Amino acid sequence: MAEAALLTAPPPATRPAHLEKHPLIGDWIGFDRDRVQVKTGKVELGQGIHAALATIAAEELHVAASRVDVMPVSTRESPDEDYTAGSLSITQSGAAVRIACAAARALLLEHAGRAFSQPLDSLRIDDGVVRFERRTLSYWDDWSRSGLRSRFDDVTTRDQRSRDAGVDGLRQDLRALFEGRRGFVHDLDAVGLLHGRVVRPPPPARALEAVDDTRTRAIPGVVAVIRSGGFLGVLADREDVAVRAAERLRTDCRWAPGAVDAFDERGDWLETHAEPPAVVFEKGSQSDADGTVATYNKPHIAHASIGPSAAVARWTADGQLEVWSHTQGVYPLKRELATILGLPGDHVHVTHVEGAGCYGHNGAEDAALDAALLARAVPGRSVKLIWSRADESAHEPYGSAMRMRLSARLDERGQVAAWRHEFWSNGHVGRPGFCGAPVLLAASELNPDHRRPVAMDPPLPPGGSQRNSVPLYAFPSVRVVHRPVRHEPLRVSSLRALGAFGNVFAIESFMDELAASAAVDPVDFRLRHLDDPRARAVIELAAARGGWAETRPDRAGRGIAFARYKNVAAYCAVVAEVSDDAPLGVSRLIVCVDAGRVITLDGVVNQVEGGAIQAASWTLKESVRPRDGAPPMDWDSYPIMRFTEVPRVETFVLDRPDAPSLGVGECVAGPVAAAIANAFADAYHVRLRDLPLTRERVLAALQD
Amino acid sequence: MTGVEPARASTAFELNGRTVEVDADPHGALLYALRNDLGSKGTRFGCGLEQCGACRVLIDGVVSYACTTPLGSVAGRRVTTVEGVATALPELIEAFVRRQAAQCGYCASGVLVSAAALLHANPDPTDSDVRRALDANLCRCGTHLRMVRAVLDAAEARRG
Repeated sequence: MAEAALLTAPPPATRPAHLEKHPLIGDWIGFDRDRVQVKTGKVELGQGIHAALATIAAEELHVAASRVDVMPVSTRESPDEDYTAGSLSITQSGAAVRIACAAARALLLEHAGRAFSQPLDSLRIDDGVVRFERRTLSYWDDWSRSGLRSRFDDVTTRDQRSRDAGVDGLRQDLRALFEGRRGFVHDLDAVGLLHGRVVRPPPPARALEAVDDTRTRAIPGVVAVIRSGGFLGVLADREDVAVRAAERLRTDCRWAPGAVDAFDERGDWLETHAEPPAVVFEKGSQSDADGTVATYNKPHIAHASIGPSAAVARWTADGQLEVWSHTQGVYPLKRELATILGLPGDHVHVTHVEGAGCYGHNGAEDAALDAALLARAVPGRSVKLIWSRADESAHEPYGSAMRMRLSARLDERGQVAAWRHEFWSNGHVGRPGFCGAPVLLAASELNPDHRRPVAMDPPLPPGGSQRNSVPLYAFPSVRVVHRPVRHEPLRVSSLRALGAFGNVFAIESFMDELAASAAVDPVDFRLRHLDDPRARAVIELAAARGGWAETRPDRAGRGIAFARYKNVAAYCAVVAEVSDDAPLGVSRLIVCVDAGRVITLDGVVNQVEGGAIQAASWTLKESVRPRDGAPPMDWDSYPIMRFTEVPRVETFVLDRPDAPSLGVGECVAGPVAAAIANAFADAYHVRLRDLPLTRERVLAALQD
Repeated sequence: MTGVEPARASTAFELNGRTVEVDADPHGALLYALRNDLGSKGTRFGCGLEQCGACRVLIDGVVSYACTTPLGSVAGRRVTTVEGVATALPELIEAFVRRQAAQCGYCASGVLVSAAALLHANPDPTDSDVRRALDANLCRCGTHLRMVRAVLDAAEARRG
């Protein structure tokens, strides 16, 4: 399904910052026995990044992919690559591994050239070995011990990637997973392991007032009830006992009543609480753009991980803390734990172990702190803490609600003359290390005077709520304004794509509304405002594969949408097909992606298809709707797309071998939402601007 | 299950073809006995509420939820977990591997059990049959279509 295309190469990418922090070849790779070790700071979230890094290493080193191991990520062993987020793993870690491996390859050839007195051009590396007559030199010979201590900047390299058979890039860990043998953090074991559960106030209650743990401590197998301020949990020698004990403990708690922090689902509350405007981008004349105006709304959306958050923690006799967590950032978590627990940074060690897909900042780090607090009561013992479904559904940080108001004026030719975009949102980053003070739940429970800081937005180009708010289109006059909202009725933090989902939904829906007012075809309308050949290419490909020119059957429709993620990353165009007989209205999605040079086609397709289906679920079904102050507690109160509701998805990838490789995990979300809205408009002549675009809302709009 | 003091009793049953005995509270969930007493960690906790399917197992060939099934209730019965499915239906595992039908993989065990039940009952399922059989399983990563294709591949391999 991959299609190659001719393209002039764009300028080379800038060097990832992590390379400066870790400048030695051996910071990134190692040679052990006959294996290659890749040391990355990026963690495996289910996005296939470790397989991709192994592929990069195999290609650069000219070794068999089966010889490459990607080492588990930990603060003891791995380079600090901050968070695995933002679709940057390929760009950052991939580039670092490629550079380090190219340097190692060059050094091997150099040493072999000297050893065999042969010119470098005549030598070949075959699965890590250079052969000359009867002699060999390989990565695993003595020279590499000092070679790995070389700075890769000091080594001249040539672009000499191999695409040998055997480097198919497929994930090697899946067989063990399917056979039930490959573990998640939930599966960790230890001698004398204790099982922990936490007890948190049932919303809208906010705090623990009193607890009588007599009955709980009497349950055989309960080892301890731990209370510290408002933090409450239980330890038992068996998991079923821990679960029962937590249930009993909950019934023996008295909760301080909390006020319901109600808000309207549509998002008027965002405008009511808005901070003064901050200009994100300005271009051309700044007079008002009186013309079409439209307001779009996106509700809070949950990460909704299938497996709840979990962690294992153990304190050593000398007061050091070991934590096993599915966090996206082992170093930021280490620093956050050290701060909250009052430990020197080098006393905390975090190792990443896979969890269920997190899609951003879910409860992983909170669970790590909870585990550490429980384990502190039993030094020397390992404690495994698993959140309940209610813990995860109610306490995970959600993706922020957003409102987007767009206005534009068209000139006499039907081109956009002026474009205005104002958006209201909570911050999109509430992660450890970003907000100036501890953000984890238990920090406020331990110390009621500590108020969790509100979420923030990093500056562009990554941005948070501002992500993808600046249109890629060539408009002569543009003004983009951010209205931050610091009132947080629900806890919020990073959800896949951050502000790009809401902004692209709005921009691409509005492009269709403008195209309609100009009586121009939506594909043509976009192409008339786009110079970037790669942007044009994905749109044209999506239109072609989506049968754009074909007649629509009755009560069916097609919609198109496009975005370049963060305006600097992967390009994506989506055509959505809707029809009456599809369970949620969407029958097919045609997704086209240009992510530069493809490392592993199957990995790209898996991520793109997965991202499209998840975004379709957000778009058609999802909204965090507290009832009487209680957020979702389970899957009934937060339904997601089911097997019988998933549309057909066809994915097309434009491989650009000369362009830097880009991540694809997040580029599809915004275009999917807008393509669906545009398809409903095409089919039913109704314009829906409030997510989610449920069946009920479509029918209600038809009746109006 | 609250308010009942734990009994120590012995529950014997057949797990993936071999007889096992668990000496634990018979009111405790089968899920924890499988994972902690029997070292069978393929069956996963997702919700404890029969809403997500991550904990699905077969009991006497019928799909069931290990998270709500009391250990004592499987006495003398045949329990099949994903580990047993992998042994009994290698074509299913092969198909999932070839299709790379996972991202985070957390839902995969439950999906494989649901798929096994389908293949036992219907050797020639349609796309709709497979979707319906897996409809009680939730997947958040969006791997649904790959998993459906893998099940169809497995059905074809078993027929051929």
